Amino acid sequence: MEVLLQQIINGLVLGSMYALIALGYTMVYGIIQLINFAHGEVLMVGALTAWSVIGMMQTSMPGAPGWVILILAMLIACVVAAALNFVIEKVAYRPLRNSPRLAPLITAIGMSILLQTLAMIIWKPNYKPFPTLLPSAPFNLYGAFITPTQIMILSVTAVSLAVLMWLVHYTKIGRAMRATAENPRVAGLMGVKPDVVISATFIIGAVLAAIAGVMYASNYGTAQHTMGFLPGLKAFTAAVFGGIGNLGGAVIGGILLGLIEAIGSGYIGQLTGGLLGSHYTDIFAFIVLIIILTLRPSGLLGERVADRA
Amino acid sequence: MTQKNKIIAFVLCGMALLVLPLVLQQFGNAWVRIADIALLYVMLALGLNIVVGYAGLLDLGYVAFFAVGAYLYGLLASPHLTSTFPAIAAMFPNGLHASLWLVVPLALGLATITGVLLGIPVLKLRGDYLAIVTLGFGEIIRIFLNNLDHPYNITNGPKGINQIDSVKLFGLDLGRPISIGGFELASVTLYYYLFLALVIFTIVICQRLQDSRIGRAWMAIREDEIAAKAMGINTRNMKLLAFGMGASFGGVSGSMFAAFQGFVSPESFSLMESVMIVAMVVLGGIGHLPGVILGAVLLAALPEVLRYVAGPLQAMTDGRLDAAILRQLLIALAMIIVMLLRPRGLWPSPEHGKARVPSGGARTVMPPTAQQNPPGIDFPADALPGNTERRQYPINP
Repeated sequence: MEVLLQQIINGLVLGSMYALIALGYTMVYGIIQLINFAHGEVLMVGALTAWSVIGMMQTSMPGAPGWVILILAMLIACVVAAALNFVIEKVAYRPLRNSPRLAPLITAIGMSILLQTLAMIIWKPNYKPFPTLLPSAPFNLYGAFITPTQIMILSVTAVSLAVLMWLVHYTKIGRAMRATAENPRVAGLMGVKPDVVISATFIIGAVLAAIAGVMYASNYGTAQHTMGFLPGLKAFTAAVFGGIGNLGGAVIGGILLGLIEAIGSGYIGQLTGGLLGSHYTDIFAFIVLIIILTLRPSGLLGERVADRA
Repeated sequence: MTQKNKIIAFVLCGMALLVLPLVLQQFGNAWVRIADIALLYVMLALGLNIVVGYAGLLDLGYVAFFAVGAYLYGLLASPHLTSTFPAIAAMFPNGLHASLWLVVPLALGLATITGVLLGIPVLKLRGDYLAIVTLGFGEIIRIFLNNLDHPYNITNGPKGINQIDSVKLFGLDLGRPISIGGFELASVTLYYYLFLALVIFTIVICQRLQDSRIGRAWMAIREDEIAAKAMGINTRNMKLLAFGMGASFGGVSGSMFAAFQGFVSPESFSLMESVMIVAMVVLGGIGHLPGVILGAVLLAALPEVLRYVAGPLQAMTDGRLDAAILRQLLIALAMIIVMLLRPRGLWPSPEHGKARVPSGGARTVMPPTAQQNPPGIDFPADALPGNTERRQYPINP
């Protein structure tokens, strides 16, 4: 029972990070129908920036409390990631907005490789230990354990989601975003500037990715230039799972995916009689995806039929 | 170009391809190796072109079929299985040494079956959903290859399978150099000719497919699936056929890769590899054979050639930019810049008969219909003499 509870906690933490990343994918997809392959790399740049900032702050002001350092590092990471994603969209996606569908996909992939390489040059390819800035003693919760870092992840995710929902549903830019996602041409006729909306979308997505990146690094204790790839992939899976283009779907998809992964990897050994071990963790995301899409091709909450080619 | 010139160009091209390895050999076997790898990628790209270029199904897990072929040859022609399983060793006391004539059809068959099996559950999906599912499928295969060393050691896990036999063809061992009249043909050169033959065979098949009923059906599905269905095309079977045929080239190419390298490990079949093959197809010119070949040769050979150029640059930057990093950097830049300058690829197919999209933008601009331009009302395109493409009513103005 404790194992199950523990895996549920782990799954929620993992899932909330997937959800944050998935929102970036789903917002961009909803507006310009592009899989932003470089999104995982934005997350990586955010995490590595935070790592550098933390290193600098720990030497320049040794007495500062951990949470202050963490918040500052996260803020700076968000700014850097937002600027980066803004530039990426300007350089690699905007000129191709009316090109064949596969062209921006290729520039996105190229951008992803480019960012990884640049990060490797700037930060060197070795694994960087990400310092634990919060107290490390875990709390006991009915026999399962939850660390302060995990609590921080859950609460930061909740706050970010609330802010995002407010932004999308109650502000002018949010309304413009929804309108553009619905029909860019008509939105343009109504005085919405699609370019501004798209830039804003990329910036918001990058901020969420950077937050997720810092939390991902502090949860696992390492950061490296390839760290963005797998979470990016899984978050995209989560976005599709929930119905791509749908914000609520991305959150639900992310959390479900995290739960399935954590519970699955906790029990796969028992279920298969030791034939498959926990090495197979990464398989769950994809198997679930294939099953869901076969049964419900537009994802859990997706309304549109997947007919875009 | 007249028919005669075409034939001359063709013959010259063929001769150049035949002589190429002999020339490259003089500069060292590494250069011929690059040509070999490029040919393997050409075959992969042509296979994927059937799925993506003709049928319009974006497959991001294509490398899985390459892996299937490679591992099949690796298992059937290496001491791995006989040394791990005593039962198999008892059955084949001399070890497993599968011949090429057995492996190639098997690889083709197995890859085709895998392709069709992948196709069945994703038949209803299109576009990005299809892309992500195929991507997941590729990853699943890779994860299995990586972990199937426990509890039964089938793939030897991340360590991979080594000591794979070289190809033996008509009593000729391609793993050993042969000398004809004092001129030595290196092993890589022999492989070059084998791969070249396979690539030419592939090109012929693709060319024939393109103009066949099947090819037309695929293109109809790519352009408009519902219309294709309405015209009586069995879209389900055609899509499965595309998946299967595309996969079969991947499988053959994979078994050749295993024989050529003498070693396979899951590392060669990462997602990046799939993405690279898609990039080759798109970069060259999707659905256009010469373009796809160009893209494959460029993206496969460029990095290797850069390896030799990168040496001095590395020295200039105090080793901070080493060859591998620089290669990756330049490939990424090439992908971005080529797409920005030529979004339809370096060598796109000439558009025949399709309505040309006005230069304002594809998605937002509505096609000029009768409703927009009712007869009798002038519109600018009509006023331009000679510009008949945009004229809607050339017969009854």
